[in-house]
Parts: sequence; C-alpha cells; structure tokens
Amino acid sequence: MTIETTALGTLALIAIMAVVTLATRFGGVFLMSFVRISPRIESFINAMASSVLIAIIVPMAWEGDAGARLALLTTAVLVLLIRKPLPAIALGIATAALVRYLG
Amino acid sequence: MNPFTPVYHLQPGKVRAEFFRLLPISLFVVAFGAAFGLAASQAGLSPLQSILMSTTVFAGASQFAALDMWGTQVSVLPLVAVVFAINSRHLLMGASLYPMLRELPVGQRYGILLVLTDANWAVAAQDYQNGRRNLEVILGGGLVLWLAWLLGSLLGVYFGGLLQDPQALGLDMVLGCFLLAMALGGKKSPRVLVAWSVAALASMAAYWWLPPNTHVVIGALAGGVVGYFWLEGSKQP
Repeated sequence: MTIETTALGTLALIAIMAVVTLATRFGGVFLMSFVRISPRIESFINAMASSVLIAIIVPMAWEGDAGARLALLTTAVLVLLIRKPLPAIALGIATAALVRYLG
Repeated sequence: MNPFTPVYHLQPGKVRAEFFRLLPISLFVVAFGAAFGLAASQAGLSPLQSILMSTTVFAGASQFAALDMWGTQVSVLPLVAVVFAINSRHLLMGASLYPMLRELPVGQRYGILLVLTDANWAVAAQDYQNGRRNLEVILGGGLVLWLAWLLGSLLGVYFGGLLQDPQALGLDMVLGCFLLAMALGGKKSPRVLVAWSVAALASMAAYWWLPPNTHVVIGALAGGVVGYFWLEGSKQP
C-alpha cells in the first residue's frame, strides 16, 4: 500500500507516523500495567534501563568517525574524573569539532 | 483502589526547575531541529507539513529516516516498520519508569509520556538509579526539548542555509555525549558492569546481523536479562 504525497496524503502519512510513535511512548507503560512487579522484574527493569544507553552509544561509537569516538572518550574520561556532566559534554562536542577541523 | 498505594504528586516548582535544567541541552536540540527543517524542505515537504511532523511525532531519528523514504508516493508498511523500529526504545524507556508512573493518576501518567524522549528519560533514569524519584524532568524537561525541536524545525525551514554543516561543529555528538554522561553518572556495581558488557555485545551483534534499527532494543533487553538472573544484593549471578 502506498500513499501519494499530495497535501492530504502527506497529512495522512504524518498522522500515521505520529500514531506509531505515540504507541511506542504509551505501549511500554501500558503493557507493564499487566505485570506484577516482583523484585526480579524490578531488577530486570533497572538493568535494562542503564543498558538502553549503552546499546545506543556503543554502535554509535563503532560506526562513527575519529571525531565521534574521541568525543565520546573525552566525555567518558571527564565525567568519571570531574563528575560534572555539562563540562564533560561540552568538551566532548568541542573535541569532535576540533578533530574534524584538523582532519 | 488500595488506600495504601503510594501517590506521586508532580510538583509545579520542580517541573519548572527541570525545564531550566534541560535548557542548555535544548539549545543543541534547536540546531538538530534546524537540520531537520532544512532536510524536510529539500525532501519536498511544505513548511507547515514539516512543522506539523515535528510537533506531532517529536522523534528526530525517525523523522530523518522517514525523509529518506519520501517521494511522490510513500509505501506505508515500510514507513510504519522503520518508525516503529527506531522508536521502539520508547517502549523500554516507558516501562523502566513504570514503578514511578504507576503512582500517578492515569491522565497524568500518559500525559507526561507525550513528551518522553531520550534526554529527559536519561536524566530521570539516572536520578532513579541514585535513589531520587524525578518524574518532573519528564514533563518539564520534555516540554523544553519539544519547544526546542519545534523552534529548530521552524528555523531550518525558513533559514536552513544558516547551519550548513552541523557535523563540523560536532553537533551530531550532542546526544551521544549527553547519554554517555548520564550512563556513567549512574550507579556502577559489578552487576551493572556485566549488564553493560552484555548489552554492548548484543547491540553490536544485532547491529551486524539483525535488521536495521533493532540494535537498541536487543542490547537493552539483553542487559535486562542479566538483571533478571542476578538480583541486587546477591553475590553470584
């Protein structure tokens, strides 16, 4: 099935995207309302939550250029050393810009 | 309803504070929004359509992916599949907040999820790991991120040429660095480190061998399985 990108068709496509995205925002919480939260389920949820970030970042670093990798490395080292997220993020971004400028 | 069910009250003052706490990162989101607005114009969307998409979808990666599929006609099922796959991480993010969200009235519970996205969720998740319950950041932080995404999209549609190359400024790394800082700022126990290693391996395996855009969910679920079998406080997996 295809939709022509006329004015009306584009509206329909945007509506479809909005509904699908909303379903992902609501769906996890909706499904969890049928689950009894045992300590084991809570432990699953907590481990999953911090793993989401790793599962986003690791492939990003893998496919990224030198700028991307050094940016993540800079942020990681700084946040572990100085424990302040904002300077760590800012210097990470600056590192990406610098490496790409020099490269 | 069970009278002993704890109730979470969203505090308006804290919602405002979280709005301003995420204001700095939102400035970068404006730059991303501008990149989207420009790309949407180039893909043939009218200004109004671009803004409407950013307003109602509010999920940058999936919006960029949709533009790749745009033409004189668009196949619906592939569009649904790609948008769902990229945004399926929201399912896990929402589920992870459930222990707090269930204490909100249903209207508020789903209301604040309208603006659930990576950055505000990452802050809430990190706070939760550190023993602080913070749903206010989902609402306040989500609103400022949403407004920034709209503002950026508007700027991109009308003044797209201003920001030709966001990559040269490192702006594509904002979210990655932000999420990494949030992850490393959380609690680190042997259990968490094992979960992270499993998540990293599983996400890379999915990235190489499974359909595109499945790696986040696969990696996160794999990390969750570690938690399922290795409970907090026990010494052995």
